[in-house]
Amino acid sequence: MMPARPDPSAALIRTENLCKSYHLDTGNGGVVENQILHDINLTIHYGEFVAIMGQSGSGKSTLMNILGCLDTPTSGQYWLAERNVAALSGDELAQIRNISIGFVFQGFNLLKRMSALDNVATPLLYAGTNRSDSRMRAMELLRQTGLEKFSGHQPAQLSGGQQQRVAISRALINRPPLILADEPTGNLDTQTSHEIMTLFEQLNREQGITIVLITHEEDIAACTRRLVRLKDGHIVHDALV
Amino acid sequence: MSLLTIIGEALRALRLNRLRTGLTMLGMIIGVAAVVLMLAIGQGTQTTINQAITSMGSNLFIVMPGSSSSGGMRIGGGSIQTLTLGDAQAMAGLAPVKAVAPVLMTSTQLNSGISNWSTSVTGVTPDFFSVRNWNVDDGNIFSEADMRSAARVVVLGQTVVRNLFNAEDPVGKTIRIKNKPFLVVGVLAAKGQSLDGRDQDDTVYIPLTTGQRQIFGNQFPGTVRFIMAQARSAADMEEAETEINRLLRQRHRIQEGMENDFTVRNLAAAAAVATSAAKVMSLMLGAIASVSLLVGGIGIMNIMLVSVTERTREIGIRMAIGANRQSILTQFLLEALVICIIGGLTGVAIGIGSAWAVSKMADMVVVITLGMVGLAFAFAAGVGIFFGFYPARKAASMKPVDALRYE
Repeated sequence: MMPARPDPSAALIRTENLCKSYHLDTGNGGVVENQILHDINLTIHYGEFVAIMGQSGSGKSTLMNILGCLDTPTSGQYWLAERNVAALSGDELAQIRNISIGFVFQGFNLLKRMSALDNVATPLLYAGTNRSDSRMRAMELLRQTGLEKFSGHQPAQLSGGQQQRVAISRALINRPPLILADEPTGNLDTQTSHEIMTLFEQLNREQGITIVLITHEEDIAACTRRLVRLKDGHIVHDALV
Repeated sequence: MSLLTIIGEALRALRLNRLRTGLTMLGMIIGVAAVVLMLAIGQGTQTTINQAITSMGSNLFIVMPGSSSSGGMRIGGGSIQTLTLGDAQAMAGLAPVKAVAPVLMTSTQLNSGISNWSTSVTGVTPDFFSVRNWNVDDGNIFSEADMRSAARVVVLGQTVVRNLFNAEDPVGKTIRIKNKPFLVVGVLAAKGQSLDGRDQDDTVYIPLTTGQRQIFGNQFPGTVRFIMAQARSAADMEEAETEINRLLRQRHRIQEGMENDFTVRNLAAAAAVATSAAKVMSLMLGAIASVSLLVGGIGIMNIMLVSVTERTREIGIRMAIGANRQSILTQFLLEALVICIIGGLTGVAIGIGSAWAVSKMADMVVVITLGMVGLAFAFAAGVGIFFGFYPARKAASMKPVDALRYE
């Protein structure tokens, strides 16, 4: 298990010549290879707060999915907390997604028709905790994100900002060292976006959680401490903000 | 995730998605109920027909008085009484004939003192009951001695007993037929409907001699309404028919080239037709039942497949937050199982219930066997589980990113 506050000099994420390409069927028997990521070498240390920017089609979401073990690279190496992800089994990857990574998506991806409380508690159930303990911990997180009153509401009954905070609570429930957020403010208005960013800053500062987020908005990126720019699948900029 | 938690998760998912759960179960219920009902009716009909055929007696002929012509005018069969007791006795002497039962009948009012009932009174010899393969439930059949002495004794059918005596035991009591007292000596076993739908139990039997002398008041003494004859075996049927024809033509002095004034009907042939009709009918009901199963199965399949998109995304989300393949598969299998078991059992209950209702309202015999219930249940459950589980299996073997993006 990865400790929440390890040596700041240790690498949480390290990629080496990471490539990703898709094969597209042209329809007349030919196959076109479409390379999305070209030799990505990226290292992110524990406790960092990183924004990945780029235009649509720049490969930022693909990179995020690979970093989150939702997708596999075509070639290259990826170490997450010094473990070579390519060597892990499906069940081990599921365990990593469960315990070591918290996901926040642009479309929230909450389970429909399930209460906010149960949505937040579900990852804990997959970690083997029983239902009542899971719900207690979920309630605690909803209280921290200010959604205590809405614990019984279904996602459709909540505003976008509230849904995203439920999603963040869910991402936090197993106390992961890493949160990956794919355009977390993409569906939200400016004010709500800034509330969400404040929450991320707070989590990074107070709990030392490493946060990697994708955005195409400069002012969102400005809230982070390191900015990586992608263009056509290449890293074209990587510097502290 | 422990199995108990997964069971909880599956049940909760079913409860939260009431509409989907309900629709899937509905497909299941309709399929199973329709099949159970169809098969129950089919089996019931076949049973009824088989009973009617055995109740007729085996290897039987009925000899009816035939048409006649008088001065160029032809009169239909049965319109005159050409058959006599003498004919019956002569037929009994033929080698391939085992037994003969001459029959006289009329319709009249019966009176038991507490109630009255109109039914047919049939005069027969004691042999009639063995020819018709008919036993008594209570008491005895009248004897040859009763025949000789033209005794006023009567054997009742079940329907008559019900209408005249209610719950009382009729044996030993007296009923009045055309105002003459008759002693009830026996009650026949129930035979149910005949092939043409008549209630065979709605009749009483008296000795033929008693009937001739005291009840029927015949204008041609010695004639009978028809004669039943039983061949020794199925193999003797053809010979018996030829012999009976030859004998009666001779006795009735019918010349070469003239029409018979009687008709010999082979009931075995009628039974064979009824049996093959019953077979066709149960085949048809079986076909309808298969179609119901298919339709029910397609219904289940549809709703399961329609929810695949939503469920594939759900599986994607669950995988992203840490579900492994095993927990997802177990959850979906359990959901399908619960739907199939509850839906299947409800379907069986509704099928049996409506079969019962049909038997009450349409007065039909329905037969429900464990086999047909098992067949309907197993097929529907198989379809339900397969289509509930297979898409989940496919989704769970996708990369999480593909399941999340699934449209």
